[in-house]
Amino acid sequence: MMRLPPCQAYFPVSVEEAVRLRVDLGSDAAYVAGGTDLYPNMKRRQQTPAHLIDIRRIPELLELEVHDDSLVIGAGVTLTRLIRSEAAGAWPVLAQAAATISTPVLQNMGTVGGNLLLDTRCNYYDQSYEWRKAIDFCMKKDGAICWVAPSSPRCWAVQSSDLVPVMVALDAEVTLVGPDGRRTVPARTLYHNDGIEFLTKRPDELLVSIRVPPMGNARAVYRKVRRRGSFDFPVLGVAAWVRRNGGEAVADARVVLGAVGSHPIENAAAAESLIGRPLDEDSIEAAARAAAKPAKPLDNTDFTIGWRKDMVAVYVRRALEDIRTGG
Amino acid sequence: MGTEHLATPTADSYAVIGKPLPKVDAAAKCLGRTKFADDIVLPRMLHAKILRSPHPHARITAIDTSRAEALDGVKVVITGADLPNSFGILPVSQDEHALEGDHVRFIGDPVVAVAAIDEDTAVEALDLVSVTYQELDVIASIDDAVAKPEPQLHDYADDGNLHKLVHLEFGEVDRALEQADHLQEDLFFYEGNTHLPMEQHATVAEYGGNGRLTVWSSSQTPHYVHRALEKVLELPRARIRVVAMPNGGGFGGKSDPFAHEIVVAKLAMLTGRPVKICLTREEVFYCHRGRHPVLMKVRTGVKADGSITGMDFESYLDGGAYGSYGVASTYYTGALQTVTYEVPAYRFKGARAFTNKPPCGPKRGHGTPQPRFAVEVTLDKIAERLSIDPAQLRLQQLQPADSVTANWLKIGSMGLGACIAKVTEGSDWSNRFRKLPYGRGLGLACSSYITGAGLPIYWNAMPHSGVQLKCDRGGGVTVFCGSTDIGQGSDSILAYIVAEILGVDPMEMAVVTADTDLTPVDLGSYSSRVTLMTGQAAIQAAERIRARLLGPVAEKLDVPAERLEFSGSRVFDQTDPERGVTFGEAVALAEAAGGTVGSVGSYTPPRSPGRYRGAGVGPSPAYSYSACVAEVEVDPDSGIVVVPRVWIGHDIGRSINSSLVMGQVEGGVYMGLGEALMEEMAYRPNRNVVHKWPSMLEYKSPTMHEMCDVTTYLIEDPDANGPFGAKEAGQGPLLPVMPAVANAIYDAVGVRIDEVPMSPPKVHKAIKDKARGKAPRFGPSSVPSVPWPEVTYVPPPWEGGDGKAHPRPGLETRGEGG
Amino acid sequence: MPVEPVQIKKRPGKVRGTFLVNGEAHDVTYAPHKTLLEVLREELALTGTKHGCELGECGTCTILIEGEPILSCLALAQAYQDVPMETVEGMAQESNLHPLQAAFVEMGAAQCGYCTPGVLLAAKALLAESAAPTRQDIKDALAGNLCRCTGYIKIYEAIELAAARMRGDEAEPAREAFYGY
Repeated sequence: MMRLPPCQAYFPVSVEEAVRLRVDLGSDAAYVAGGTDLYPNMKRRQQTPAHLIDIRRIPELLELEVHDDSLVIGAGVTLTRLIRSEAAGAWPVLAQAAATISTPVLQNMGTVGGNLLLDTRCNYYDQSYEWRKAIDFCMKKDGAICWVAPSSPRCWAVQSSDLVPVMVALDAEVTLVGPDGRRTVPARTLYHNDGIEFLTKRPDELLVSIRVPPMGNARAVYRKVRRRGSFDFPVLGVAAWVRRNGGEAVADARVVLGAVGSHPIENAAAAESLIGRPLDEDSIEAAARAAAKPAKPLDNTDFTIGWRKDMVAVYVRRALEDIRTGG
Repeated sequence: MGTEHLATPTADSYAVIGKPLPKVDAAAKCLGRTKFADDIVLPRMLHAKILRSPHPHARITAIDTSRAEALDGVKVVITGADLPNSFGILPVSQDEHALEGDHVRFIGDPVVAVAAIDEDTAVEALDLVSVTYQELDVIASIDDAVAKPEPQLHDYADDGNLHKLVHLEFGEVDRALEQADHLQEDLFFYEGNTHLPMEQHATVAEYGGNGRLTVWSSSQTPHYVHRALEKVLELPRARIRVVAMPNGGGFGGKSDPFAHEIVVAKLAMLTGRPVKICLTREEVFYCHRGRHPVLMKVRTGVKADGSITGMDFESYLDGGAYGSYGVASTYYTGALQTVTYEVPAYRFKGARAFTNKPPCGPKRGHGTPQPRFAVEVTLDKIAERLSIDPAQLRLQQLQPADSVTANWLKIGSMGLGACIAKVTEGSDWSNRFRKLPYGRGLGLACSSYITGAGLPIYWNAMPHSGVQLKCDRGGGVTVFCGSTDIGQGSDSILAYIVAEILGVDPMEMAVVTADTDLTPVDLGSYSSRVTLMTGQAAIQAAERIRARLLGPVAEKLDVPAERLEFSGSRVFDQTDPERGVTFGEAVALAEAAGGTVGSVGSYTPPRSPGRYRGAGVGPSPAYSYSACVAEVEVDPDSGIVVVPRVWIGHDIGRSINSSLVMGQVEGGVYMGLGEALMEEMAYRPNRNVVHKWPSMLEYKSPTMHEMCDVTTYLIEDPDANGPFGAKEAGQGPLLPVMPAVANAIYDAVGVRIDEVPMSPPKVHKAIKDKARGKAPRFGPSSVPSVPWPEVTYVPPPWEGGDGKAHPRPGLETRGEGG
Repeated sequence: MPVEPVQIKKRPGKVRGTFLVNGEAHDVTYAPHKTLLEVLREELALTGTKHGCELGECGTCTILIEGEPILSCLALAQAYQDVPMETVEGMAQESNLHPLQAAFVEMGAAQCGYCTPGVLLAAKALLAESAAPTRQDIKDALAGNLCRCTGYIKIYEAIELAAARMRGDEAEPAREAFYGY
């Protein structure tokens, strides 16, 4: 039986208490919600916090409602709640993406906040202690080298959340609370292009909520590539958001790729090839080609890298087609 | 005593046989009451963990366990020095040690074991053990094994790191190929995959004060575990009891004796306390014994009408680090090509390599899915080339029933034609094959599988299966048999068969199985042998009970014994059903007349006509047949293949329980679909040949989303050797799925995927290649050069052969050969 | 006769709490890092809950928390004290099988039976929400429960049979499910 390392658990009931606990317990403490990401990692000894601060009893983190036309999602809201939420009904892409995460049962445990802070993944890293020891570990944990790119000075673990590219595409904001107070930042600034330091959030900051701006007359979709219809993390996620103001021409657009880098890759060139043009076969094709260029999948997920690279254009095209034909 | 039994009823008149009754253990499983090995908890029980090699190939130069031993809560630490005797499933491959003492051969090889008061402590202790290794050159692949005879993994290999080399010829193949109008030559690769039973292997051992050892284990083969424990522990078998617990899935993955079973037994002996081990999922991947990766070359000669003139088959197996069943696996990659279609001349060359990876062995279909894939795709290509419908091509040259094949396998009942007829009709084959729009396709493939191996794993003249019956004065019947229920329902089959013959309710019977103290030997749940062999033994035992009861009941009722019928838990006069006694009264009468009522029955398969070296693999009392049509949807932009539906016809001989047969067929299709589309044991050859992803997340087992609809047809063509005519269902229906999918992909998008699994990148590449005018195919392009041994030439039956080897014509010598 | 030296393993302090399992309250003293799976199997001897990976990758250890399925291998036990939960042992009423259990028995939906407890509980949660689920509904609810034996076909058939009977229909299995076409 794979077991957790020894640890103590705490169940704060307010954000302030949670943050105070985190400060008092120090760097050997970790916030946890559903545990569906952290606990497997702990069982594999990728992380071994001695103190777990379970944030699911904090009412503020369980809110899910529309405020001033924006959707506010508490970080502790489960994926199932988001999927079934009437409040989120005006943002159908959220349920669409959340429903692709892991499995139906795990969606009852995993939270929106947890998914946004999902550890980057790599199949040299998401392995047991014994396995990692057999390859002399890697730089993300206990080792010195990145096995995916041995000459690389950095870690190439993959951003593998399904909600991250969607939140970036929707221009969501996240609210963080730390010992120095509360701050709200665009979701896109939450991420770093580095497999180890993949978050700009300070470790003692608690992700409290996510604010998703109104959809207006924009449309958004999420397309996910993976082996199976359940369980699997994305090997490619495409979040596309397109706003057409009345007329045919695209007024604004965002195309964000997940799972092809250590951070969500927002592709400005793809968006530019849409803006000012009607969303048609030509503009979609141009966007798909543009999006494929910077995607650099490496050999650390399922499937071959060449195929994953090839799929970027295919799935960006499909995502935009979904928007075009969405009526 | 043979297969005949008294008062044989017709199929419709069976009370139990063929009926979709629940399994005798179904309620316990649904209540969560079935005890699997890891559910056992004993007082003072210790927990064991095994330290495994982090190197693929190395010498152990030193082991220091002192720090681990000093840890509070650690009771004992053992190494290879404590378990020096080797073991292995086959007598010719005694190449494993419960803990390797000086030579480790794959990442995951067991080296040190700890028993401690709890699992956390045992895990902690393992990290305190220090082992010094001297790394050796790594053999990562078949090509590596061919190129590098040194360092040898095992000194008993046939040649360097080539474990086993086989060269057999039945009839003059070169001449047969010359006489062909078309010679089809193909290369195929079938990647390895694993069983992935939901239950992780677990074992509990207890060494009693009386000097007896008891081992409870998730094993498909308690009899072989019994023998291995005796050999390694040097404890007489009479002092060892092995109990195989219900297996939470086996599929062949629990049919070797395993290091961890021996380790906990040793730890229990050393500590005097019960010891449990439950492997992690990762360790289960290292136990493996799954499907061999096999590279194949097949040359097939055909006449213009599609009839096969001869076949030349080569297989190259990546065996992993140990022998396991590998010698048998090697022969199996060449054995059953001949049992489906008439092959007048047949040559087989097989090579199994030792490589520094977890050992391969028997997985559902053992050694035959790979060559079956090759043969069925080759036939599809031939049909295309000759413009013959693939169904017709097969139907026109089916191996006849009651025949002997080129390699001297004796075929009994043969329902493949009926299977093909059903699946082509069900799938509307004639209107849809080659007629669906681009991206959609149908593919047909067939297969056959043994119903139990004709020969035991270790040479002996004893029965393969024994059944004992005990009848209670109250009418209760207890069946004792060494067979192991791995979910297939073997416990229930025993109850159904005995109940049918004694006319009692199977749900009233007690079934005691898989316990070497209590049950007569059955060799185990492998090779689809259990229903046929335990069934025949059960029939014999039950008939002997009937014979015991007839006289006393006839006397009591004053009715001639031949008029007595056993039915409805009564024994009565057929001509006057009111005149009778209850089954319990019948037992009491017999007990009064002749003492305790019990019986034994046993079964030994008929002798096969093959007499050449290598003839031991392939013979079976009966062969099942399957035909499959798969429908696919191929996304040409991504190469993603979806299989919405499969039609499968299976020649079961006769269903003992049709519902259980349906379950086996559907489960076989499922596992075949997983192999066809996504399952693979992948390694990183550039990183220590470490297993790429020993986890259930990354080893892709189909979920409900990937599983197809299945339309099943059961063909009942009773076989004279089967109990009530029954043949196997557990393995055969898996076999045609992979080639049917491959053939359907061709129908859909016009590319040949000559490699399993047919994952999206491969399909996508073939489609892109086709668009660029390159060969529309994904698959291997060459085979290694192997030093084949001299051929063993065996004339087929139609050339006046006697089943023995003889000098090949043209190489005539004066000797008799053989 | 020498006395064996006393070995006392220094262990992290245990915690105490109440688990409401199958309508019964159990006071348990347990190590704080134990998962619910470990507490159920090792402290309460409720071994009906099985495990296949302990990493959330198979669904075998599914149990119900207030009627909702979760994976007990990824549930820190401490977080689930004083919360009503159900394991497979709680499905039958006295000696009567739950309709799902009865249907699984009848259809042969449990082959090796190892994934069965988790599948049954996930199915129970589904039927509580949807009295007449379609195959797609069943897929959407149970795609996180792997089974290696059945190919899921008999599981679909058993859930559909149980659902029909729980709705009060006099449902019988299709002949094809037992005998083929």
